[in-house]
Amino acid sequence: MSDILYAFAVAPFKDMAGSPAFLGEVLLGGVFAGLMYSLVALGFVLIFKASGVFNFAQGVMVLFAALTLVGLLERGVPVAAALVLTTAVMVALAFAIERVVLRPLVNQEHIILFMATIGLSFFLEGFGEMIWGSNVKKLDVGIPDRSFMMAGIHINQLELSAAVTAAILVAVLAAFFHRTRIGRALRAVADDHEAALSVGIPLRTIWVIVWSVAGLVAIVAGIMWGAKSGVQFSLSLIALKALPVLILGGFTSVPGAIVGGPIIGVGEKLAEVYWGPLVGGAIENWFAYVLALVFLLFRPQGLFGEKIIERV
Amino acid sequence: MGATAQARRSPVADTAPGGAPPEPLLRVEGITVRFGAVQALSDVSVDIHRGEIVAIIGPNGAGKTTLINVISGFYHPQKGRILFEGKDRTRLKPYDVAALGVARTFQNVALFKGMTVLDNIMTGRLLKMRGHFLLDAIYWGPARRQELEHRAAAERVIDFLEIQAIRKTPAARLPYGLQKRVELARALAAEPQLLLLDEPMAGMNVEEKEDMSRFILDVHDEFGTTIALVEHDMSVVMDISDRVVVLDYGRKIADGTPGQVRKDQAVLDAYLGVSHE
Amino acid sequence: MIYREAGQFKTSYGSDQAVFPIAQDRVVVALAVVAAFVVPPLVASEYWLQAVLIPFLIYALAALGLNLLTGYAGQLSLGTGGFMAVGAYSAFKLTTAFPQFNIILVFLMSGVIAAGVGLLFGIPSLRIKGFYLAVATLAAQFFLIWLFNRVGWFVNYAPSGTATAPPREMLGVMVTGPHATAEVRYIVALALVVVFAAIAKNLVRGRVGRSWMAIRDRDIAAEIIGVRPLRTKLLAFGVSSFYCGLAGAELLFLYLGSVETLAFDINLSFLVLFMVIIGGLGSILGSFLGAAFVILVPIFLTNAPHWVGIAMRTDTQKHIELMIFGGLIVFFLIVEPHGLARLWQITKEKLRLWPFPH
Repeated sequence: MSDILYAFAVAPFKDMAGSPAFLGEVLLGGVFAGLMYSLVALGFVLIFKASGVFNFAQGVMVLFAALTLVGLLERGVPVAAALVLTTAVMVALAFAIERVVLRPLVNQEHIILFMATIGLSFFLEGFGEMIWGSNVKKLDVGIPDRSFMMAGIHINQLELSAAVTAAILVAVLAAFFHRTRIGRALRAVADDHEAALSVGIPLRTIWVIVWSVAGLVAIVAGIMWGAKSGVQFSLSLIALKALPVLILGGFTSVPGAIVGGPIIGVGEKLAEVYWGPLVGGAIENWFAYVLALVFLLFRPQGLFGEKIIERV
Repeated sequence: MGATAQARRSPVADTAPGGAPPEPLLRVEGITVRFGAVQALSDVSVDIHRGEIVAIIGPNGAGKTTLINVISGFYHPQKGRILFEGKDRTRLKPYDVAALGVARTFQNVALFKGMTVLDNIMTGRLLKMRGHFLLDAIYWGPARRQELEHRAAAERVIDFLEIQAIRKTPAARLPYGLQKRVELARALAAEPQLLLLDEPMAGMNVEEKEDMSRFILDVHDEFGTTIALVEHDMSVVMDISDRVVVLDYGRKIADGTPGQVRKDQAVLDAYLGVSHE
Repeated sequence: MIYREAGQFKTSYGSDQAVFPIAQDRVVVALAVVAAFVVPPLVASEYWLQAVLIPFLIYALAALGLNLLTGYAGQLSLGTGGFMAVGAYSAFKLTTAFPQFNIILVFLMSGVIAAGVGLLFGIPSLRIKGFYLAVATLAAQFFLIWLFNRVGWFVNYAPSGTATAPPREMLGVMVTGPHATAEVRYIVALALVVVFAAIAKNLVRGRVGRSWMAIRDRDIAAEIIGVRPLRTKLLAFGVSSFYCGLAGAELLFLYLGSVETLAFDINLSFLVLFMVIIGGLGSILGSFLGAAFVILVPIFLTNAPHWVGIAMRTDTQKHIELMIFGGLIVFFLIVEPHGLARLWQITKEKLRLWPFPH
């Protein structure tokens, strides 16, 4: 019994202390992985913040964006043009989603909208794969997947670029929401569709804008993820990974997504590396969710979310 | 409305033969409720005696619904006590308060939209339903007998409030006035000792208000239910209540018969303005 | 004309509360149930039994379970696959450890075990609501699948990692295993689903169903009226997981014969959720309609191109399937959030008036 206790409660920490450089690498790896999650979570937060819809299809949008980009590149379209075309496609997608899904469902309960986005995600997945094919593709955007050494720790160039990109995106988006007129309108829409309509906020335009921005975020996320692990169907499962990030960071907080991601990433990596071998590995499959679950029990609104006060 | 309502009122029969006032059914003692920086109720004390009809009035935001929510057990006060039938019930959960015999209606109608009127009223009987889910699964036998018993009780309430025609209508399809009546039916189905009504006449026209007042008085006369209601319509309040409690900015500023309160200077300053018939 | 209720007065609350108050309904349903037991085993081909009818019955049971939890009690769950896995692996362990137990008894016990696990994962539902609860159920889903993958004990240390249903007989007939005929397996699955659909109907039309729906519609008001939220929600999780566990055991023993954890992954959870949404949330009939739909669409897609003379690759077919499912979910949510069950109800209403317009 005490052996087990020792193996779980003491040995891993000794391992950590034993080789700090390795620990540093694990932590850094966790941070970077987490930031990749954050990139996806950002898309969620945007849409939720601005339309109150939990867009389950965000992960598939990342996949779709990546598929389109790779598809164009494979057909010989130059990088810059491909990026522009992909952006156009995502904007067109935003228009289509607003017209076909959002407009008919305006002011329905959130759970209905959530389920509609589940339907949307399956549709987009089938659609994207039908057009571009479902085999794994390589995505090369000119950033090498090499590591360099700094302070005795390996740092991966690709992951570093992802981190920097994420940080820039967050800053831009945060400014957008809080400093601009459109940002304020977006927040009003998230609160109450009908009320926003009644004060003259052009709901449809707002939704198209938001979903387009989320689409752009999806492109960035798609590029980063695609470059790292190839563009393939499992990319859409990343949406599921973003959920614990959202729970930690709060569904409506842009900074929360950026903070929540690394926390989840670090937690996962630490658990996998130091405790994983004790239970046969692959803890990463569920650790993030259990972490989120435990967190929810103590703080249902997440780190940065707004506290829910129930009224009768 | 005035003359007929007055004529129907039975006097408050609460004093024991010896003359000493009996214990109140509900005693609210020194309740203070804060939400963050907002002081919703400050040191509010109210007694409600068995068989009374007490109206709680006050300007918007005075804390009337908060007081009802505290009595229901939905909010717990930072300071003060709630005594029901003499026993301290301050920390009870809402479902335990309901089990004591407290039923209520809500300011924003809180019917169960996915169910019919009959099912909504039957949910009012839930506390009285005993049983085990395994027996329910079989249905034939004890579960069915119980179900039919409670159906009969629900039908008595339906007859009382004259809503037979809509009993199978989905609650979501009802007009507002009928929704309020169904909510009252759901509360009555629980056969409560204390009935809390939060703005039962909000949004109704004169005719609907007369009907609702009549029903409230009928409930009181026929079942002896103690009633506390929050209401804005002054003529209704003055007509049907035995006592009026006035709140303003979370404090109680008056407590007495309608006649007394109507002339109270503090109340006039805060709320009523010039009194008129 | 045929479907008129004229002359059918309910003279007691009992007859008013009956499941099928209209006489024509009673007759039709009784006939349909009898026909279901008699006709397919005599008439249907092996293919139809094995590929369509048996999975339909099993998925309908799972959809019933999820519908009770999500449609009636309003607790969104993405853990259906995990709970079905619990049922399957419990049944496997139980019958291999105690081969003398009647296999139906084993199924029921595995359902109880799944119910226990469901209760455990339902505890967070008091604090956590809505999408957040869905994430909590995801934790259940991923953890359970990982557990069954990692711990060889669950498959009796089989090197392939699969659990294979051993042959079991009942009343002298082979019920599971390679020699159990499709007809027998069909009848067992049918019997189980009929019994448990009746139980589900009994639960939802009484005290339990009302407290679930009250929590679903307005949980705060429900609590103030006297519904005890934790008890009610846990009962929903428990009953729902029982149904899913039973369906999972049937999946292994009556349908697939052998199973690896892949069969119970997150895709299964989504599949059952689709059945419930398309069929109709909060409807017993809807669970069946949704399951039928989800089973039949791929079959239709496989065969339709042949009928029309177009050749379609299997992966294109898969893509179109996804698109159709996704599109239909959106379509139903827009047009008829109550799903096929409501469409059926509307049809019946029209039938009652036919041939008159109103």
